[in-house]
Amino acid sequence: MQAKKRYLILFSAGVCLILLFYLQGPASRRTPNRGDDPHPHWPHFSDPLRAFIPWDQTETEDYNVRVSPRHKRDDNSGAYKCRMDSCFDFSLCGSNGFKVYVYPQQKGEKISESYRNILSSIESSRFYTSDPGQACLFVLNLDTLDRDQLSPQYVHNLKTKIQNLNLWNNGRNHLIFNLYSGTWPDYTEDLGFEIGQAMLAKASISTENFRPDFDISIPLFSKDHPRTGGDRGYLKYNTIPPFRKYVLVFKGKRYLTGIGSDTRNALHHVHNAEDVVLLTTCKHGKDWQKHKDARCDKDNAEYDRYDYKEMLHNSTFCLVPRGRRLGSFRFLEALQAACVPVMLSNGWELPFSEIIDWHTAAVIGDERLLLQIPSTVRSIHQDRILSLRQQTQFLWEAYFSSVEKIVLTTLEIIQDRVLQHNARSTLMWNRLPGGLFTLPQFSSYLGDFPFFYSVLGKQAISVEMIVVRAGFTASDVLTMFLYQIIVLWNCDKPLPAKHRWPATSVPVIVIEGESKVMSSRFLPYDNIRTDAVLSLDEDTVLSTTEVDFAFTVWQIFPERIVGYPARSHFWDSNKERWGYTSKWTNDYSMVLTGAAFYHRYYNYLYTQYLPGSLKSMVDQLSNCEDILMNFLVSAVTKMPPIKVTQKKQYKETMMGQTSRASRWADPDHFAQRQMCMNKFASWFGTMPLVHSQMRLDPVLFKDQVSILRKKYRDIERL
Amino acid sequence: MCASVKYGSRGPALIPRMKTKHRIYYITLFSVVLLGLIATGMFQFWPHSIESSAEWSLDRRSVHDAPLVRIPMSSPIPERGDLSCRMHTCFDVYRCGYNPKNKIKVFIYPLQRFVDEVGVPISSTGLSREYNDLLSAISDSDFYTDDVTRACLFIPSIDVLNQNSLRIRETAQALAMLPRWDKGMNHLLFNMLPGGPPDYNTALDVPRDRALLAGGGFSTWTYRQGYDVSIPVYSPLSAEVDLPERQPGPRRYFILSSQTAIHREYRVELERLKEENGEALLLLDKCSNLSQDLASVRKRCYKGQVYDYPQILQESSFCVVLRGARLGQATLSDVLQAGCVPVIMADSYILPFSEVLDWKRASVVIPEEKLPEMYTILKSIPHRQVEEMQRQARWFWEAYFSSMKAIGMTTLQIINDRIYPYAARTYEEWNNPSVVKWSSVNSPLFLPLIPPRSPGFTAVVLTYDRIESLFRVITEISKVPSLAKLLVVWNNQNKSPPEAIDGLSLDQTHMVERSECINKFASVFGTMPLKVVEHRADPVLYKDDFPEKLKSFPNIGSL
Repeated sequence: MQAKKRYLILFSAGVCLILLFYLQGPASRRTPNRGDDPHPHWPHFSDPLRAFIPWDQTETEDYNVRVSPRHKRDDNSGAYKCRMDSCFDFSLCGSNGFKVYVYPQQKGEKISESYRNILSSIESSRFYTSDPGQACLFVLNLDTLDRDQLSPQYVHNLKTKIQNLNLWNNGRNHLIFNLYSGTWPDYTEDLGFEIGQAMLAKASISTENFRPDFDISIPLFSKDHPRTGGDRGYLKYNTIPPFRKYVLVFKGKRYLTGIGSDTRNALHHVHNAEDVVLLTTCKHGKDWQKHKDARCDKDNAEYDRYDYKEMLHNSTFCLVPRGRRLGSFRFLEALQAACVPVMLSNGWELPFSEIIDWHTAAVIGDERLLLQIPSTVRSIHQDRILSLRQQTQFLWEAYFSSVEKIVLTTLEIIQDRVLQHNARSTLMWNRLPGGLFTLPQFSSYLGDFPFFYSVLGKQAISVEMIVVRAGFTASDVLTMFLYQIIVLWNCDKPLPAKHRWPATSVPVIVIEGESKVMSSRFLPYDNIRTDAVLSLDEDTVLSTTEVDFAFTVWQIFPERIVGYPARSHFWDSNKERWGYTSKWTNDYSMVLTGAAFYHRYYNYLYTQYLPGSLKSMVDQLSNCEDILMNFLVSAVTKMPPIKVTQKKQYKETMMGQTSRASRWADPDHFAQRQMCMNKFASWFGTMPLVHSQMRLDPVLFKDQVSILRKKYRDIERL
Repeated sequence: MCASVKYGSRGPALIPRMKTKHRIYYITLFSVVLLGLIATGMFQFWPHSIESSAEWSLDRRSVHDAPLVRIPMSSPIPERGDLSCRMHTCFDVYRCGYNPKNKIKVFIYPLQRFVDEVGVPISSTGLSREYNDLLSAISDSDFYTDDVTRACLFIPSIDVLNQNSLRIRETAQALAMLPRWDKGMNHLLFNMLPGGPPDYNTALDVPRDRALLAGGGFSTWTYRQGYDVSIPVYSPLSAEVDLPERQPGPRRYFILSSQTAIHREYRVELERLKEENGEALLLLDKCSNLSQDLASVRKRCYKGQVYDYPQILQESSFCVVLRGARLGQATLSDVLQAGCVPVIMADSYILPFSEVLDWKRASVVIPEEKLPEMYTILKSIPHRQVEEMQRQARWFWEAYFSSMKAIGMTTLQIINDRIYPYAARTYEEWNNPSVVKWSSVNSPLFLPLIPPRSPGFTAVVLTYDRIESLFRVITEISKVPSLAKLLVVWNNQNKSPPEAIDGLSLDQTHMVERSECINKFASVFGTMPLKVVEHRADPVLYKDDFPEKLKSFPNIGSL
C-alpha cells in the first residue's frame, strides 16, 4: 500500500510538472527571443572592438598628392554617361546669365504644332536671346518631338540635318525635346540620331536611360494642350470626408501582345464593377480581331457601359498604368481632375522628378503588386487624400496646365543647375505659388518671400516703408511703423530746394530716375529693406490712421495687395473682350497701387518676371502699371487683392478733382486701360484677376458704440 | 523548502484524519504544485527580469566565439555591381509583403569569422566598433526580425565599412557564401570609406551582385539613384566630444578650413583667399610640432598657434568641406555638429541622404572651380538665411548623423519609404526641426490652394430653450441664397434655462466661465493659438452713401 501510494504521489507530481511546463509554454512562445531560439538579437560583445578608421590611418595629403584634383574631375568626362559637370559648358552662362537661343526656322522645314508651341514659348520668355554669342543653351529648329518612324510627323534625315548645324558642337549645351521615341513592336528609347552631349527633355523616359541631373523628364501632352494659360484644375471645393463615388478607376486600351501588355491584361482581376472600375478594350488598331483573346468580348462590353469623363470626375484615385511607352495621357488628365494618380509604371522617371516631390500628389505603385493596389489605396487616410488631392491641383496649375509652363519649368530647372548655390530649395518648388513665381535670385532665404511665413512658422516683420512717386505733398502720412520714405522724382522739373522739404523723423531718400518711366515705380531698389512697401502717388490723401490700419491688415495677408481705391473687370460679351470699370460696384478685382501695401518681392517679380514687351507698353502709355501689378499678384496668389476702408473724401479725389484730373477725365486714358487689360490677359493666357466682395474695416467700424472705444476713429470722420 | 516545512507544521489542522507519513507526502505534493504555480506566475508577469538575466549571459560573449568559416579558393565570386539596378529590377518586393504597419523586416546574419584556406582572416579589423553599434541598433529596432523566412532585407555581419582593411576577393567570396545570398537580392551593405589608392573609386570595389549599397562618398556616376543610399562618413569624434548647441548668429570667423589633407593646389588657393580677406578666414592644418599620437587628432594649428578641434568649428559661420582622396569626408559630420554651415566643394558628390534631405537649406554647395570666388558667394547670403542654415545643420546632425544608430535607422527608413511609398515620410517630417513642425501650418485643410468656390454653407444653430428667437434666426438665415443646410442642435436637457437672460454675454458668470475655458484650452495647447486681428470683413459698399437697393448685401449694419 505504502509503495503504491508513493508511486501515485510520484506520478501525480510528474503530471503536475508536465502541466506546469505546458502552462509555461505559451508564455515563452510569446516572447520569442529566449531559450530554444538559435538566433536571438545581435549579441553584446564584451571584447574591445577596433574603430573602423584607425586614428593613424586618417587621410593624409600623401593620399591624393599624385593626381591633381582638377585632373581627377576631368577624368570622368569620357568614360561615363553625361552629367552637368562633364557635358555642359558653364562658362557660356557666366557673363550674360541664363539665355536660350533658338535656331532660326528654315524654309520648307516641317514643324508640328506642339513643337511650334514649344519654340514660341521660349521666344516669348525672358530667357530668349536672338544672339547665339550670348546664349547658354541652344534649342533646335528641327522637330524632334515625334521619333516614331511610323508616325506622319516623323522628320527624315534628322541625323545629317543636325550634323550640319554650325553650332552643334557635338550637342554641347543643346536641349532636345522629345515626346515619342521608338516604334512598334519594342518602343525603344532611341531617337534615331546621335544626341551626343545634348540634354534630353523627354516624355516617358526610363530611369535606366535617364541621366540624373542632366536629362529632364517632361510629361506627355497632347497636341491640343493650350500654349499659354490653360484651364485651371477641376477641384472646386473640398468635401469632407473626401471620398467619391469610385475608389479607383481606369479606362483605356489593352494591348494583346508585345511590350507593356502584362499590366493592362491583368487589370480585370482587380475590377469589381462597384467602386473599383478598371476597364480595357481590345478595339484599337486595324487588325485587333486577329489577336483577340477569350476576354475581349466581355471586356469590350463592360468598357462601353461607363463614361470616362464621369468616372474621372467622380473617383478618388485614378490608375495610371504604363502604355506602350512608360508615360500616358491619363497622367495629366487625372492630375487636372483632382483624381489622385496611382502610378503603375515601373521604371518611369516621373515628370520633373528632379524638383517635384511626387509623394505629396500621387500614389506610386509597383506593377508587380497590382493585386495589392485596392487595399493599398483603401488604407490611405482621409487627411492624406485631402492633401494629395489639393497638391494635384497645385502642381497642375503651377507646372503642367500649358505648354508654356512645361517649357518654362524645364528651362528653370536647367537654370537652377547653372545657378547652383542660388538654386531653389525643394520647398520653393513644392509649395504655393511654385517655382516659376519664386525667383531664387531675389533671395535664398525663404522668409524674404511673402509665401512661406506659415510654413516656417513666422510672422511678417513689422517695419514698413513708403515709396512716393513723382513729387511730394503727403507729409501727414507718418505712422509708428514707418521705416523710411523713398521719393521717386519722375518729372522733368528740377528737385525742390532742400529747405522746402518737410522735416520728418525717418530718413527721406530721393531717387531721380534716369529713365522717367512708369515701371520705375516698381523697380526693386536696394534701399528698400523692409518687407512691406506702401506705394503712393504724390496726390494721395491718406491719414495716419488709415495707413496704420491697412498695415495691420497687410501683416495678416502679406502675399496680397492691400489698398484703398478698388477697380473691377468684367467680360464684355458684346465686344468679346474684357472691360474695365471704376464705377461703384459691389465687387472689385484690382486695388490701385496709387495707395497700396504689398510685399517688396513683387517689385522684383514685376521687373524680372514680366516680359519686356509688356513693361515697355506700360512705359509708352504712361498708364496701366497698376493693372499689370494686379494681374501679376493675382496670377501668383490666385486670390483677389484686399480693399480696406478709407475716408470718404478719398474716393472723390480719385474720381477726378485733383492734379491728375486731366488724366482721369480723359476718355483716351480709360480706353487705354481697357486695351491694356486685354493685352495682359492674352499674355497670361488667361484672366488671372479674381473678384472679391469683401472690404476689411476696423472691428468697431461705424458701430454704435462710443467713439472713444474705437482704435481707428479717424477713418469714420468725414 | 522552507515554505513546505511551515505548512507541514500546520498540517494537522488542515487534514486531520490522515496519518502523519501520508500527510507529509500530500503536503509536499501541494507545496510543489503551489511553488510551481508561483514560478509560472513569475514567468508570466515579470518576463523582463528573466530576459535581462538571459542577456547578462550573452554579454560575456566574445567575437572570437563566432564560428570559423574557411573560404575555398575556388569559391564563386559575385559579379560586379550592376549600374542599371533599380528597385523594380533588382529588388524582390514580394519578400516584403503587405502589412498594416508598412514596415520592412530586416534580418541580420549571425556573426561568422571568415578566413581563407590558409587561415588568414578576410579583414584586418574584423568586426569594427561602429559596425557592431550599427547592427545592435538595428537589432533593437522595430525593423528587426530573427525569422529569416519573413525577412525582406538581409544585412550581412561582414564588416565592409572601410575598404582599406578588406581583402576584396575573399570578402566577395564570403558574401556569396551567405545562405540567402541569391545574387545579392535584397541584401544591404554598409560602406563608408570606398575605394583605395591610387584612383579611389567612389563606390565599394567588392563585387556584390545586386546588393544594395549604403555608401559614403558616392559620385553621380556610381550612385544608382533610387537604389543605393548615400550615407555620411561617421565621425568617431561625435561620440567623444560633446559640443553644446550654440545659438545661431554671427561668429568670430566667417570661413574656417579645418581639414588636414587638402590638396596642395587647393591649399594655395585658400591661402590666397586668406591674404585677400584677412581675419575673416581661418586656415588650420595639422600640428607639425606636436607628437603624432591619438591626441593630435583633436588639435589643429595655424602658424604655431594650437586650436582645439572640433571646438574651434563653433567659432565660425561657414566651414569648408573639400574633397580629399574620397568625396565623402568625416569632417562634414563634425561641421554639422558644431552648427557651422558646411561649404561643400566636391564636384559630383552625392550628399548624404540626399534622397530625402533638402541640403539647400543647410549647406552651400560650390563647384570646385569657383573656390576663388567662395568669399564673395558666401558674403551674398543674407544673414537670416545663414542663421537658418546653422540651425538646420545642427538639426541634421542630431537627427541623422550623430550616431551609427541614427545613420542606420535613416538608411532603413529610406528603403522602407521606397517599398511602401504611400506611407512614406513627408518632406516636412524629414526636414523640419520639431520647433518648426509645431509652429508651422500643415493641416490639409489649411493648404491655401483653392480659393473657396464652394456651393454653399451649412448653418449650425445651438439652441437653448428660446424657441421664438430660434425661429427668428431660422427664418432669417433660410433666406440666404447660398445656404445649403441648416442644422439645429437642441441643447435643452433639463428644461430649466435661466429666465431673465437677454443675451448670454450680459451674464457675468458666463464671461468668467468662458475666460476659464480659454485659459484651460491654452494650457492644453501649450500656447495661445488664437490670433488677434483688428479688422473685420464687410461688404464692399458697407455703410457707404449709396442706394441700399443697389448693394448686394443691403441692410447689413442697419439696425
